Amino acid sequence: MALLEIKNLEVQFPLGRKTLQAIHGLSFDLDKGERLGIVGESGAGKSVAAFSILKLIARPGRISGGEVIFDGQDLALLSQEEMRHIRGNRISMIFQDPMMTLNPVLTVGTQMTECLKAHRDISDSDAKRIAIDKLAEVKIPSPQERFGNYPHQLSGGMRQRVVIAIALLTDPAVIIADEPTTALDVTIQAEIMGLMLDLCRDHGVALMLITHDLAVVSQVTQKICVLYAGRLAEQGPTRTLIAAPKHPYTRGLVKALPQQNVPGTRLYQIPGSMPTLDDVPPGCAFNPRCSFADDRCRREVPEPRQIGTHLVACHHAETVAAA
Amino acid sequence: MSDTDGLLKIDKLHKRFRLSSDGWFGAKGQVVNAINDVSLEITKGESFCLVGESGCGKSTLARTVMGLETTSAGSIHYMGERIDNMSDAARLPYRQRMQMIFQNPYASLNPRMTISQTLEEPLRFHRPDLSDTQVRDKVVEVMESVGNNTSWLSRFPHEFSGGQRQRISIARALMVDPEFVVADEPISALDVSIQAQVLNVMMDARDHRDLTYLFITHDLSVVEHFGTRVAVMYLGVVCELAETKTLFASPRHPYTQLLLSAIPKMDGSEMTHDRMHGEVPSAMNLPTGCVFHGRCPHAKDVCKTDIPTLRQVAGRQVACHFAEDTG
Repeated sequence: MALLEIKNLEVQFPLGRKTLQAIHGLSFDLDKGERLGIVGESGAGKSVAAFSILKLIARPGRISGGEVIFDGQDLALLSQEEMRHIRGNRISMIFQDPMMTLNPVLTVGTQMTECLKAHRDISDSDAKRIAIDKLAEVKIPSPQERFGNYPHQLSGGMRQRVVIAIALLTDPAVIIADEPTTALDVTIQAEIMGLMLDLCRDHGVALMLITHDLAVVSQVTQKICVLYAGRLAEQGPTRTLIAAPKHPYTRGLVKALPQQNVPGTRLYQIPGSMPTLDDVPPGCAFNPRCSFADDRCRREVPEPRQIGTHLVACHHAETVAAA
Repeated sequence: MSDTDGLLKIDKLHKRFRLSSDGWFGAKGQVVNAINDVSLEITKGESFCLVGESGCGKSTLARTVMGLETTSAGSIHYMGERIDNMSDAARLPYRQRMQMIFQNPYASLNPRMTISQTLEEPLRFHRPDLSDTQVRDKVVEVMESVGNNTSWLSRFPHEFSGGQRQRISIARALMVDPEFVVADEPISALDVSIQAQVLNVMMDARDHRDLTYLFITHDLSVVEHFGTRVAVMYLGVVCELAETKTLFASPRHPYTQLLLSAIPKMDGSEMTHDRMHGEVPSAMNLPTGCVFHGRCPHAKDVCKTDIPTLRQVAGRQVACHFAEDTG
């Protein structure tokens, strides 16, 4: 059985008289030690999906349907109090901007021991020892000194290492990382992603990596889910999803990367932009931008179906794959 | 300047920022060396790219070229004319010939002006001789040329997505028929499927309007696609300057090599192992010698004492004492 199973997740945000549906019937699962990438543009529902796993959806938003099963337990049924034992303990989260996630008036050490003592019954000295071990594990030079530093004394890359160290403190089963390197420079991004890959492998931690960067996700994950306008567009093993995408949107994303085009020529482009939640067209949400679209696409929402190793939500997946 | 092809010439440019002189938080007398002795030349029709990590001085260089910052030392020539020490009045015609596109399209469009007001303003300012009809015709012509719908003109910026706003910013820059456009990270705030659209608009404008670009970015895959020549900057210094093809085929400066190795590959290979390269030092206390020696795998004693200058090695310019051995 999978470690984390999301089944038919529905998330709604009531807005005046209207209700915006951010996630429609999303299902995916994550095995122990597996690395999954969630890819999509801003507003596709990647972060909402992650937040709903941890029950962090801000009111009036709510999970209006589906199940989030972690280790045999439906998290959607747990109280906030019970959720506290899971969140930051069994499932950790890493956010985009390390300057926003670290408390600027507490030292790195205080923030780390605070987290450990919230979840474990341990002494101050043990907490400090574990914290310094974790700082060393994320390859922070002179961890003893850094333990006493404030966040502003660290560079962006070092701060994100601290955030990763905090996420690892309680030896979680799952780490959810929401655009962990988007705020960082390219060389630091490569170091941090390499570090996360090693740590997940060494500790058998499952990783859910949320990003808009297909190139990053292709190097770190084993499986990718592509989201579009709150629905699954395509899911499959990383290698084949990039090399042989079967959904026109995935195909467009891959083809539009400068790496995939002859230098100096016009880039392949997907026309238009993703609809906002209050303006999703009937039928397939991608149909106005899709060159394969026909009447059926404008009428009927395509359900994800199994094609080879991929799950594809497209009426014309076979034609797209052959094109 | 006799060279007719040279459009922009930057010579031994320095830019220093003095931190608050009243001594708050011990900042008294501290100086940030944002640009240190940068010389480069951009010829007509080029798409010259400037790459580097945050804090390397690439945006400061662009702003200094545009006259948004003053120089601390050195000179900037535009078509043979020295522009960095001009009076505001003398500079005015150059502000028409040189235009800029900014990174964040949410911040660079005035929220209280309609799109047509935004586009008309630069033209009415620089070309007071034009009639209302001529101005409006020009607006329509430019909007259509970058693939924008003319029905957008009566609307306000908040009604548009990031990609649409950036295409409006490009249209604004093109309104006054510039020769030279500086684009500071024009696509990094945009979604992936939109980045290709905006890059295409910029490439079409280059081909149809005979533009020369100074394109600033941290994204090397964009440079490889878009640029004709590249300068790699590190801590205010140019470390390598080459034709795009040469640079990507065989980078010589150890920093360029590090940057290129950090581009995520799409060939199905896994991320290479985490190598601790250390962090970029502060521009307040620059390292002695080569600015990169603290992170450089090839660093020897001479790198700690002597500043390497740009010199011709293997068909490009490299500022490294050991450029012959790094290939």
